[in-house]
Amino acid sequence: MPQHDVLVIGAGLAGMRAALAAAEEGASVGVISKVHPVRSHSNAAQGGINAALNPEDSWESHAFDTIKGSDYLGDQDAIEIMCREAPQELLHLEHLGVTFHRNEEGKLGTRAFGGASAARTYYVADITGQAILHVLYEQLMKHSEVFRYEEWFTTALLQQDDGAMAGVVGRNIRDGSMELFPAKTVILASGGNGQVYNPTTNALVCTGDGIALAYRIGAPLMDMEMVQYHPTTLAGNGLLITEGARGEGAHLYNAEGERFMEKYAPNKMELASRDVVSRAEQTEINEGRGFPDGTVSLDITKVPRKRIHEALREIINVGRDFAGVDITREPIHIKPGNHYTMGGVKTDFEGRTPIAGLYAAGEVACVSVHGGNRLGANSLLDTLIFGRRAGQDAARYASDTGMPKPSYASLSAEQGAIEAIIRRERTGRRVSEIKAELGATMDKYAAVFREEDGLRTALEIVKRLQQEATTTATDDKGSVFNQDALGALELGYMLDNAELIVMGALERKESRGAQFRTDYPARDDEHWLKHINLSVNGEIPEVSYSDVTITQWQPEARTY
Amino acid sequence: MPDYTLKIRRYDPESGDAAYWQDFTVDLAPERSVLDGILRARDQEDGSLSIRCSCQAAICGSCGVRINGKSALACNTKLSDAAERAQRGGINNEATSNGAIVVEPMGNMPVLKDLIVDMDAVHWKKIQRVVPWLLPEGEPPEREYIVDAEAMIDVTQSMACIQCGACVSACLSMEVDPEFIGPAALAKAYRFVGDPRDAHHEDRLRDLAEDPHGIYDCTHCFACIEVCPKDVAPMSQIMRLRRRATGDYAIKDSNNGYGHEKAFVDIVERWGTLHEAQLLPRSFGDGSLVKGQTRPAAVKQLIDSAPAALRGLARGKVSPRKVLIHPKLPDQKEVRRIYEEIEGRDERIELNLYIVGEEGEGGADDKEPVQGESGAES
Repeated sequence: MPQHDVLVIGAGLAGMRAALAAAEEGASVGVISKVHPVRSHSNAAQGGINAALNPEDSWESHAFDTIKGSDYLGDQDAIEIMCREAPQELLHLEHLGVTFHRNEEGKLGTRAFGGASAARTYYVADITGQAILHVLYEQLMKHSEVFRYEEWFTTALLQQDDGAMAGVVGRNIRDGSMELFPAKTVILASGGNGQVYNPTTNALVCTGDGIALAYRIGAPLMDMEMVQYHPTTLAGNGLLITEGARGEGAHLYNAEGERFMEKYAPNKMELASRDVVSRAEQTEINEGRGFPDGTVSLDITKVPRKRIHEALREIINVGRDFAGVDITREPIHIKPGNHYTMGGVKTDFEGRTPIAGLYAAGEVACVSVHGGNRLGANSLLDTLIFGRRAGQDAARYASDTGMPKPSYASLSAEQGAIEAIIRRERTGRRVSEIKAELGATMDKYAAVFREEDGLRTALEIVKRLQQEATTTATDDKGSVFNQDALGALELGYMLDNAELIVMGALERKESRGAQFRTDYPARDDEHWLKHINLSVNGEIPEVSYSDVTITQWQPEARTY
Repeated sequence: MPDYTLKIRRYDPESGDAAYWQDFTVDLAPERSVLDGILRARDQEDGSLSIRCSCQAAICGSCGVRINGKSALACNTKLSDAAERAQRGGINNEATSNGAIVVEPMGNMPVLKDLIVDMDAVHWKKIQRVVPWLLPEGEPPEREYIVDAEAMIDVTQSMACIQCGACVSACLSMEVDPEFIGPAALAKAYRFVGDPRDAHHEDRLRDLAEDPHGIYDCTHCFACIEVCPKDVAPMSQIMRLRRRATGDYAIKDSNNGYGHEKAFVDIVERWGTLHEAQLLPRSFGDGSLVKGQTRPAAVKQLIDSAPAALRGLARGKVSPRKVLIHPKLPDQKEVRRIYEEIEGRDERIELNLYIVGEEGEGGADDKEPVQGESGAES
């Protein structure tokens, strides 16, 4: 029976950083991931990582940009921690071997990014997330004392009688065996829920597993309505074109050839924060100034060719392979698309949830440092800073806690539940059909613009899909790589996430950050400068509120 | 929308049956990917069809397969391109049939189920072999390491590797010698050897040069370069490891890699073309014919290769005259000029797409830089 002081669920940036930090504190650490760690979605972060490292920059400036970007919904104490610790974390990565871009003096060089008042984004071409992910995996290979359970799927979090964490149940995807993992602490680092939407920039693995697992055992979720739409995604398949393209000087045009950001953000133009740019694009498209395929165009040909080759190489590939466009020679059609989960499992600065021994870090968590809208290049930073803090705190907590003894009954229960799915005769729709309807529903009603009736419709559909999901069957009756059965479990996680996103969006009767309610088009600080928390409570989630922490930056009107 | 037929190699380890082929017909737009086709078949026809996949954007490296015999990512291979290739034929196996797109698991790795192979048993084991983490000297500096900007861009080509295994699947040397460290792991090794922060370049190179399955086990077949979906050009990285091993550290390895390269260069310099009869003995003597001919290992290998030489003689491929007297190229001055020019350069010129761009593209600076928002260093 594999038991650990610290068991990390997910092996992207947050998970690996947490594991390495906990191991450094002397804890026995295990990492469970449903895919090999380097397949994790942290790969997709192209543009870079923010840190106020230059002497002429300051953490206060970084914090202010983040707070303004969050539309004042981010907790300022948490943001201060993130921005103060950013330079040290960045240097740590550099020392581990990340091949960050250098300037002519051989020092770390920066690029400009959206919503930032200084060029403070450090990067590796346009594969920053990939480079950091692979370097952290190098460290995990080096630190072989960290036990890796690669291609293991977590089916349940287990609690002791007093509610404290007891461990998890996992399924070995390779052979279908199930295992009880006793653990003093569990750190959820399983990423966001982009697959709830279609299209999305998110990978197929981003099914909100950790959010649903935590919610089901009573951990509160926060700001679930805050779903980021990225301004530059490909029309058909939702693939991401990095904000780095605009950071390097690319412009946006509507079908009439107007550089329309002049109307919406005359100062920052294309580099306004993402919610602002996405709304601007959607407005142009809705008002008939887009292209017939429902897009506007991104012109990267403005960027010098040499610079594109060294700094935006991946975008050349994406344009060529997935849109048939040579981005060095012609503009590419793009539109806003689902990208990032700002909300998630509510945690404090150390990644702690109200459930003793349960932690969360990275996109699965909501500290909250992103509030209503995340700034580009702050997500990698969030994963690393709070992944490390969670790892350290979990190790400390574990050092004076006994090893729990979760009951084998929970293992058999989980085993029975999966076998029931595999044995079930098909009477209803396929998982893929339900997932497709879910994705289209969310993209229609819970996207850039939202309103009461649409959200009510979405909620009804999600409720119906939850019913339908109980009758889906699998074609695969085997044990080895039964991806069919895992798909059914993921669908359950996704439907939980969808319901909670819509509930949050209905609850927040104002427009702030990524939530724009056409029926409540203004920000309403008097009533809604607060977090919305959702907790499991039978059929309908229980809604509660918590204060937004304000340290030194009072909310003001937000213009770019 | 056109119909595409995918002929997929299926294998269920629990059935007790051998692998078999199954056709699926999918109705998708031509620009959609082979992965989209596989997922469509899985979603609508048979949920047990198994493939690893996640990002669908050629960055996670999960969906390496062989399409019409060629290793590739399923997610960045268009259905139309794959169908066209299948129509043209050219795939030499039992599946060739009526223009169906043939999809098989990757090569050189054991198949676990359908299109899923055991990456741990081969790929990751080899990665682990090259000590895949940075080994700096002493304590890190207070700030960042100061290193040449070009060096960082240079290793970025290796950092672009997504560990998909396509090169491992396509590697012909590994087919012959399963112990060969292989293209992916050696490209990973270059990521450290090319990184100025690493303090063990020479140790790493010596290790990889002395290993009989190391850098000299590559046969320059270009297969890895051809299939790599990320332009990592693994073979180029292997050649650069060799250049560093020989040129920068003069590592005289027991595999005769150093001697072979020196013999090759010396022979071509002298005759303009390759004098094959001289190559082997010279390779054993660090490039020297005399030293090579007195080495026991060389004598043994010369004797071992005698049957091949005799067959060559019998078939008229070589003649005794050619063996003894190798004609020089007529314009020896030109050969000399090429050598002088290359040896006279201050810098070694490396093929690196992050620095020089694609072949056939206009010059890197054929556009004026834009002012203002360009993300220049500040």
